[in-house]
Amino acid sequence: MAITMEELRKQFYEHLQQANAAEAFEELRVRYLGKKGEVTGLLKNMGAIAPEMRKEYGAKVNALKEEVEASIKSRIEEAHAKELEMRIAATERYDLSLPSTLSEGSYHPITLVQREVEQIFASMGFAIEDYDEIVDDYHCFEALNIPKHHPARDMQDTYYLSNGQLLKTHTSAAQNAIMHKYGAPLRAIFPGRCFRNESTDACHENTFFQMEGIMIDENISISNLIYFMKTMLSEVFQRDVKVRLRPGFFPFVEPGFELDISCAICGGKGCPSCKNSGWLELCPCGMIHPNVLKAGGIDTDRYTGFAFGLGLTRLAMMKYGIKDIRDLNSGNLRALDQFVK
Amino acid sequence: MNVSMNWISDYVDLSGLDIDDLIHRFTLSTAEVEDVYHLGTEINGVVVAEITKIEEHPNSKKLHLLELDLGDHTDRCVCGAPNVRVGMRVPFAPFGASVVGMTIGEATIAGVVSRGMCCSAAELGIADSSSGLLELPEDAPLGKQIKELYAFEDTVFEVDNKSLTNRPDLWGHYGIAREFSAIAKRPLKPLDLDDLTKYDALDPVPLGFIDPELCYRYSAIRADHIQKTVSPIDMQIRLYYCGMRAISLLADLTNYVMLELGQPTHAFDSRMVGTIGVQRFPETFAFKTLDGTERKIDPETLMITSDNHPVAVAGVMGGENSEIVADTDSVTLECATFSAVSVRKTSSRIGLRTDASMRYEKTLDPELCAVAAGRFLKLLKGIDPEAKVVSRYTDCYQYHYPQIELHFTKAFVDRYTGIDIADAQINDTLSRLGFDVTEDNSVFDVKVPSWRATKDVTIPADVIEEITRIYGYDNFNIETTMSALRPVKPLQVKADEAAVKDALVKTFGLHEVHTYLWCDAKKLSDLKIPLPENVRLLNGMNPDATILRTAMMHTLLPVLKENRFYAPSFGVFEIGRTVKGQKPDGTANERRTLGVALLSHDKERTVFLSARDMIASILFDIRRQHPTFERVEPINAWEHPANTAAIILDGKTIGTISTVHPEVAAEIDKKASLVTLELDMDSLAEIKEADLKYREASRFPGIDIDLSFVVDKDVTFRDVTGPFFEDRDETLIGISLVDIYEADVKSMTIRLSFVSPNKTLQKAEVQAYIDRILKVLAEKNIRLRTV
Repeated sequence: MAITMEELRKQFYEHLQQANAAEAFEELRVRYLGKKGEVTGLLKNMGAIAPEMRKEYGAKVNALKEEVEASIKSRIEEAHAKELEMRIAATERYDLSLPSTLSEGSYHPITLVQREVEQIFASMGFAIEDYDEIVDDYHCFEALNIPKHHPARDMQDTYYLSNGQLLKTHTSAAQNAIMHKYGAPLRAIFPGRCFRNESTDACHENTFFQMEGIMIDENISISNLIYFMKTMLSEVFQRDVKVRLRPGFFPFVEPGFELDISCAICGGKGCPSCKNSGWLELCPCGMIHPNVLKAGGIDTDRYTGFAFGLGLTRLAMMKYGIKDIRDLNSGNLRALDQFVK
Repeated sequence: MNVSMNWISDYVDLSGLDIDDLIHRFTLSTAEVEDVYHLGTEINGVVVAEITKIEEHPNSKKLHLLELDLGDHTDRCVCGAPNVRVGMRVPFAPFGASVVGMTIGEATIAGVVSRGMCCSAAELGIADSSSGLLELPEDAPLGKQIKELYAFEDTVFEVDNKSLTNRPDLWGHYGIAREFSAIAKRPLKPLDLDDLTKYDALDPVPLGFIDPELCYRYSAIRADHIQKTVSPIDMQIRLYYCGMRAISLLADLTNYVMLELGQPTHAFDSRMVGTIGVQRFPETFAFKTLDGTERKIDPETLMITSDNHPVAVAGVMGGENSEIVADTDSVTLECATFSAVSVRKTSSRIGLRTDASMRYEKTLDPELCAVAAGRFLKLLKGIDPEAKVVSRYTDCYQYHYPQIELHFTKAFVDRYTGIDIADAQINDTLSRLGFDVTEDNSVFDVKVPSWRATKDVTIPADVIEEITRIYGYDNFNIETTMSALRPVKPLQVKADEAAVKDALVKTFGLHEVHTYLWCDAKKLSDLKIPLPENVRLLNGMNPDATILRTAMMHTLLPVLKENRFYAPSFGVFEIGRTVKGQKPDGTANERRTLGVALLSHDKERTVFLSARDMIASILFDIRRQHPTFERVEPINAWEHPANTAAIILDGKTIGTISTVHPEVAAEIDKKASLVTLELDMDSLAEIKEADLKYREASRFPGIDIDLSFVVDKDVTFRDVTGPFFEDRDETLIGISLVDIYEADVKSMTIRLSFVSPNKTLQKAEVQAYIDRILKVLAEKNIRLRTV
């Protein structure tokens, strides 16, 4: 006698109980539901069933088939879920406190300050120029109304080179070339590295950065100069900077000024940083000397202009509180690696 | 330079004005004031006393007991000064009075009680140190407060000398007084001068050859019968307050005139001078200046001579052989103008900068010579009425500066200032400053005064400064311009620099540093790197740092070494200038250069190839072109002979990448892998960004064909793939490396990707192409692996 449906069901559940791996489930599926499977095989008994009972019998076999199928599927899912749970439980918990292996780079502080100032002037329509570090006597002095034997040449201890050239002592050395390049009207800034032959200490470096700016147009006046200086410095220091001009002598400007800004430390009341004056001397400036304009090929009857020089090195030191100027050229990463943007 | 406000007040009446405020305005209008001192305020109750009796101190040989007559009463004190004598009048500070630094109380000095003190010049704050009591004139009224007699109280301010370099007229009080006259709008009083024409009938001071090139004016005048040797107290006070010290009447007078007018003069003992000359000597010789120092005088140095023997270094310092001595009763006064350049150079050559040379360097007005002579004689005769002028004012005036006349309009002033300064104000300011102004309907004709005409004021723009500084920059408008805005094209080099820095810092984690333009010989020798042949500094202070770097590595490798303990792996970079020798015209071949130096404890191969990938990625990012790398012979000591490669972009060599030569590497860090990279940013700037040519993606599937080769170890990926690029099938869109394995031989699998824009490719369609290339490769002994 063939196995009954109930016996088969019982047997299936016994087998299912024992199965625990993916292959075993597949084996069960083939054994019971495959073409030659045992559940499928029940249909072969159809002939032994009374005709009026056959419909009912068929439905029962199909129900068993679905039941077996669903049971296997459920066990597979169950096993899968269990396995997943075990895998997750076994997964390593990563130590987020471990140090980073990605190295973070750093900019030189001069780069950061220079970019900041450049952006301010770019936003006001100034061209940003770049010039040689090695120049000739003409560009560094003659063209700037500093003739030979002028005491101003003593003020700047110049590095002279074996090939007859010199290291530029100030960014003004670019003025002439830039005037010739653009002609008037003109507004440009030109940051650059300058050199002075002096011994170094915490406050003095033989290699430092300046930024020069010039603006030339019809009717450029001292009032305009004050405006641009005040606007630029207020942007740089992120506060409303008060400025004042004093007479200052620089051969390439006339009139020439020393520009002071209100001392940020004491707010203008007077403190040791500003020698109790409430003011900090910050940048020399002035109306470009007609001889300098002429040397630059600019028509002095039509155009006037102003020029200013800003000590980028000094600005960086003020901004970041760097006390020893020599840190800047030291190449010491323990000091320099903190300047990130 | 120190300025005494008492002295200024001789020439401008500043009464009723706040002196400190005026000094502040001087900073804003003329020159920077560094400090203000209120002197003499500590002195209180010090009176004139006469020593009437001197007794020995019972317990000391040095001390005396003095009896003093104070006019209406007497007093006593213990005194240690060596110069006491009966009948001498001295400043006396009785009990309760104060001098500089102390108040007089009761003191027991060597067992004797003293309730008062006779004062020295130092105790009254008019000398650094004193060896005895300050002697007052015989007619000083007894019992009178010395502060009522002499101007001890004064406001003195210090001007930054650097801010006076362009103003020869401000090196004396009279010039400063002129500024205050303009600032305060008060009249300037004329100088009180002796009339030199009175002496025209007298004999001249014999003058010989006066160097016509370097001596613009030489004048001299002689006075005899000088009996007085000590300067008046007020003069001593002013000299001291202005930074000099009283020496003797004649020396003090020359100093006083210099401090007042800015014109140095020199007093010779008449006995020591014959015919005076101003000349240079053909031979170098030694000469003792009056400070007792022997100086080397070369043929360029201008000397004052007496009968052709040197007696002074012109404009710098007199000689010991002709100086005023104790018994000098006849003075020959020199008032001269020398070439500023000559004095400056002499002064720096002989290493002696004096109050006189400092002034001459500023280009003095020759007109001042006669003024100084007149002022000197006026003062001398006022102090010593017996003194007698015995020569005419002998004047050799060889170079006259031209009279400068300037012409401008108010419109010109307006254009420069951007504000409206009234005609009357322009006129007033310039007139007060000594300019001769003619104004007609806003048109100005201005004659520049001689003391501003030696170099300072030459063009109308110079006059703008005069007008505006006195007007006050605080009174200006703050106004933007009306200039047209134009687009500004950024410079390629600046844009590249920014992009490269950003990538190196942000993507590749490198650190930007700045190093010097010159090589440090010591540091390079430590790294076994020879100094390059290059342009060098002629006058640097450090003899080890003169040769300019030809490569960034000259300064970056030492930095790499100094930081070697910073981290196991790190990199530094700098975009700076290198100097690659000279151009044909002799000028320095200055190049903007990127230098990168890497130190890592990874395998050298990895570090080197990642550095290559880094620069390739950056270059592709900014130029849309892939660089190639061509092995080259090293040219620098740090470049490794095996792994130095040129970086080539768009067919041009723009840089070098290399591992570090073992000899150099051992000196930096024996265990680390080191890689250097230099890129010429100027060459890079000339290379244009490649256009983006849009390639439509094929709608048809392509085929990938993998080829495995077995080759010799020295065969490169490029050797294997080169022929495919050189003879490229139009459907070949990519070649990549699938796998590489190196043992005794190298096995390399490459993948060729083919795709056609208009059909689905079949392997057979590309096989002919592949076979053709394989044939080429076989000729180079590069063959497919045979399984």
